[in-house]
Amino acid sequence: MAERLQALLGQKGNCRHYTFAYLDESAKREIRRRTLKAVAIPGHQIPFASREIPIARGWGTGGLQLTMSLIGPEDVLKVIDQGCDGSVNAVNLRRLATLTTGCRTTTRTSDATLIQTRHRIPETPLTRGQIIIFQVPYPEILRFVEPRETVTRRMHAEGAYHRMWTFLYENVVQWGRITIGFRYPVMVHGRYLMDPSPIPRWDIPKLDQSPALMLFGAGREKRIYAVPPFTKVEPLAFKDIPFEVEHQAGARCSRCGAADVFLDEIPDEESGRIRWVCSDTDYCDQRLAARGESHRA
Amino acid sequence: MGYIAVRGGEEAITNAETLLHYHRMRGKGVTLTTQQILEQLPLAMDRVMSEGALYAPELAAAAFKQAAGDTLEAAFLLRAYRSSVSRIGAGEIVDTERMRVVRRISAAFKDIPEGQILGATPDYTHHLIRFELLTDEAEARDRVTQAFEALTQEGEPIADTFPKVVNMLRAEGLLPQKKPGSAHPYDITLQSFEFPAPRSARLQALARAETGGILALAYANMRGHGHVHPVIGELRLGDVPVYFKSSEGKEADLLGWVRVTECEVITRMEKSKTDSRPQFTLGYGLCFGHNETKAISMAVLDRALMSKDPKSPTEDQEFVLLHTDGIEASGFCLHYKLPHYVTFQTDLEQIRTVRTEKETING
Amino acid sequence: MLNSQSPLLHVRSLSKQYGPSCSSCARLTGPEQGTNICPECGGVVACWEVSFNLFPGEVLGIVGESGSGKSTILRCLNLDEPPTTGEAFHSGVEKGKTNLFTLSSQRKRLIQSSLLGIVYQSPHLGLNLDFSAGANVAERLLIQNNTPEYRRIRKRTSSLLNKVQMPVKRIDELSGAFSGGMQQRVQLAKALAPRPMLLLLDEPTSGLDVSVQASVLDLIASLQRKTGVSMLVVSHDLGVIRLLTHRTLVMKMGRVVERGLTDQILEDPQHPYTQELVASVL
Repeated sequence: MAERLQALLGQKGNCRHYTFAYLDESAKREIRRRTLKAVAIPGHQIPFASREIPIARGWGTGGLQLTMSLIGPEDVLKVIDQGCDGSVNAVNLRRLATLTTGCRTTTRTSDATLIQTRHRIPETPLTRGQIIIFQVPYPEILRFVEPRETVTRRMHAEGAYHRMWTFLYENVVQWGRITIGFRYPVMVHGRYLMDPSPIPRWDIPKLDQSPALMLFGAGREKRIYAVPPFTKVEPLAFKDIPFEVEHQAGARCSRCGAADVFLDEIPDEESGRIRWVCSDTDYCDQRLAARGESHRA
Repeated sequence: MGYIAVRGGEEAITNAETLLHYHRMRGKGVTLTTQQILEQLPLAMDRVMSEGALYAPELAAAAFKQAAGDTLEAAFLLRAYRSSVSRIGAGEIVDTERMRVVRRISAAFKDIPEGQILGATPDYTHHLIRFELLTDEAEARDRVTQAFEALTQEGEPIADTFPKVVNMLRAEGLLPQKKPGSAHPYDITLQSFEFPAPRSARLQALARAETGGILALAYANMRGHGHVHPVIGELRLGDVPVYFKSSEGKEADLLGWVRVTECEVITRMEKSKTDSRPQFTLGYGLCFGHNETKAISMAVLDRALMSKDPKSPTEDQEFVLLHTDGIEASGFCLHYKLPHYVTFQTDLEQIRTVRTEKETING
Repeated sequence: MLNSQSPLLHVRSLSKQYGPSCSSCARLTGPEQGTNICPECGGVVACWEVSFNLFPGEVLGIVGESGSGKSTILRCLNLDEPPTTGEAFHSGVEKGKTNLFTLSSQRKRLIQSSLLGIVYQSPHLGLNLDFSAGANVAERLLIQNNTPEYRRIRKRTSSLLNKVQMPVKRIDELSGAFSGGMQQRVQLAKALAPRPMLLLLDEPTSGLDVSVQASVLDLIASLQRKTGVSMLVVSHDLGVIRLLTHRTLVMKMGRVVERGLTDQILEDPQHPYTQELVASVL
C-alpha cells in the first residue's frame, strides 16, 4: 500500500539529482575540518557554518550534517531516537540518508559503523572503529547559569566553571541532592566542561574511556564538539556526594527480562499498572533472539 | 504492545505524508497553478523569498503551493533547496539609486525632489472586505485591466531613477558620509556568527529574518523598550539590476532585475565621531520583494543594534539576531513534539526520589 | 616615608582616563583647575598619578567627594578594569616584583579570588541577587576548587555568615530579599571567604540607614582586629574614615592633595580642601 501511494505521488527518486549525501562537497569539507579540530580539542565547541537541509532545525540537522560528511558507500548506518530504531523521526532521518547515499542500514549496534542517536547511548558496548554521532539541542552546558554566548565563551577559555558548581551547590541546598537528570555536566580530559546532550545519567559512565569516537552536532546552534576514543570524561560531583545513575525501582523489562539497562515506563491500559521495557530496542531484540524467542511485529 | 516495529514507523510517516498531499489536492475547485499564485498572491511570494533567502519566484510559488499556504514551511523549502546548489560567486554591489522605482515616499519632508509616489498601496484604502471577491471575478478582471491600460496610455512616464532623500541630509553634513564597505562582506551562511557581529552580518541576518519576529522586536523598541524614534527618510520599492563578473578583468554581466523594498530611517542626533557637531544616524533595511513591515522593522533594529550600551533586549545583538530566524525558531519550537520520554523518565526518577527520600545530606 | 617593613601593596603613578585624551589633559585638570574634564578634548581624567603604600595589618583610607577618583582606584586595584597607566605590586604575587596590571586575565581572576576581597557600595555589584546568601559566599570558595566537598563548603559558609551576624536560618534565603544592611554583611562574608590578604571597601555603608551603618562599621572594625587583614577603605564620610583607618589619603579631582595619619589629618588638616572637609563635619 505504502509503495503504491508513494508511486502515486511520484516521490521515488526525488533525491536523484542531488549530490551524494545531499550536501555539496565544499560543505562536507568544511564540516570534516571542523570535526578534526573538535577531535583535537576534546570537549571544546567548534563553530561551523551549519547548512539548511530538508530536515527542520531542531530535528537533528547537526547530527545529520556530521553523518552526511562522514558517510561513505561502505558504511553501515544505524539511527535511533530515545534508543529506538523505529521512532518516526529516526525513520525519517534514515530515509534521507539512504535516499541520498544508497548506504546499508542496520538496527544492530554491533553491525553499525556509524550510529546517529538522539538522547541515548546504546546498551551494547561500542567498539574501536565505530563512530557515534549525537544530536545536540543545546551545545552549551553553561546556559544553565548564563544566557549570553560572549560570556560563556570566556568562561570556557578561562576554565572558570565556579558558577556551575554554585548552581549544583544551590541544587543540593534546595533538594538534598543534585537533581539534574539529563544533560548532566561532564568534565572532558580535565579541561572543558561539556554538555553530553540530553542522555540520561544512566549513559554518562559510557562516555568515559570509550573505544568509539564520539561526535556531537548542534545544527541550529552551529557547533560541533567531540570526545576522542579513550578520553577521560567525569561527571561533576561533590567529593562527598558521589554521582549516581537512575535506579528505576529495580524494575525489569517485561519483554526480555533485562534489569541492568535503562527502561521506559509504559502505563498499561488493561491493568492500570506500569510496565517497563528496554529503551534500547536492538538490545531487547538481541536478548530475545539469544533466548530463541521470535518477535514478529 | 509496547514495541514499535521499524516497519510500522516507516509506514506511519509515509501515510502521514500521503494524507497531507491528499488534503491539499482533494478539493473540487480549479487547480491552483504557480502562475496564478505568482500573479495573484505576489506578496506571499515576496515573503517566502525574503525569509527563504533565495530570489526564485517560480520555485517560491511551487513551495508555497506544496506547503498549502504556510509561508514559513515554504521558506524552509527554499532554504533547503538553496543549500543543495553550488555557489559560483558574489555579485557586484547593488546600487539602489539605480532602482526603477514603482513606489517611493518620505515621511521626513512634505515634498521631495521628483515627488512622493504612492504607487500601489492599500495604505489609504478603507480596510473593508470586498464581498464580490467571494465569487469568481474573471469578467471583472478583464474589464478593469483593459480600462486601466487604456487610461495609462495618456499618462506621463515617471523618471527612471530617483535621487535619495538622505543624500540631501548627507550633503548638509547632517548624516555621516557613506563609508566603503569591506570587499568581502561577512556571509553568515558560510561562516558562523560570532558576537559582537560586524554590521554586514547583522544586516544579512535581519534581511533573512522572519517578518513577525523582527516586527515584534522593532515594535517593542519603538514603544519604549529601546530608544529608536524613527523618521522614515525614504521608503522605496522597485527593481534593481544585479550584475555579476564571471572572471577578473571582464565586464560585469547584467543577470536580471530583482524587486526589493528599501527603507532608510533617520534617528536622534548624537555626538559624531568625525565631526565636532552632532549628526543624525541612519538605520537601514532592505529585503527581497515587497515587504514594508519587514524593511521598516529591519531599519529600526539595525539602528537599535548599534547601541554600545544595550539597555533593552531589543538592542542586544545576541537576543535579536539569534531568535529571529524563522526556520531555526520554528524548527526548535516544533521539535518539542518529538519524543522526549527518556529525558522525561529521568525527571520522573528525580522527582520521585526527592518526594520519597526520608533523609538527605542536609539532614 | 620609609618603613622597615615592606608594603603589602605598592601603587605607583596610577592614572585612569575615560574618553578622548590629549597632551594637555593632565595640565588642564585637577584640584587647582577645579575640574576632571579636559577643556580641550573633553576627556575625563578620573585619577592621575596616584601613588601609595599599604602595609600588612594596616587600614588605609581614601577620602574625597564624588569625582575625586577614589572609587576608580579601587576598581583598578580589584583588577576589574585596567588603568590607563601605572603599576601595582602585591607582596603575595611573585614577591611583589610583578606589575599586577600586566598579568593575563586568567591570573587576575585567580588573584581576585584568593588574595583580594571587595565590598561594593551597591549590593547588586557584589552579589548575585538570584542566589541565596550561602550560595554567594560558596561561589568564592568554589572558584579555585576542582574537587569540592559539599559539607565542608556548607560548614565554612555557615561559619562565615555567622561571623557577620547573619541568623543561621536565613542562610538559604535569596540575597535579593535581604535588607541593605544584611546584604552588606553577605558581601563581607563573601569577600572574606578565601581569607584574602587585602580587603577593598567602596563606600561600604553609604546608602544604609544611619542606625544600620553603625552596626556594619562596628562589624568591619572588629573583623579587621580579629583577622588582621589589610584594608583599603574608600568613603566620602569622615566619620567612617575616623572609625576604621590608620592612615588616610585625601583626594580631589583625581589627585592626592594630602596624606598622613588619620588622627593628624582630622585634627590638623593642612591643605585648604582637607580643612573644608573637616570643617563641614559638624
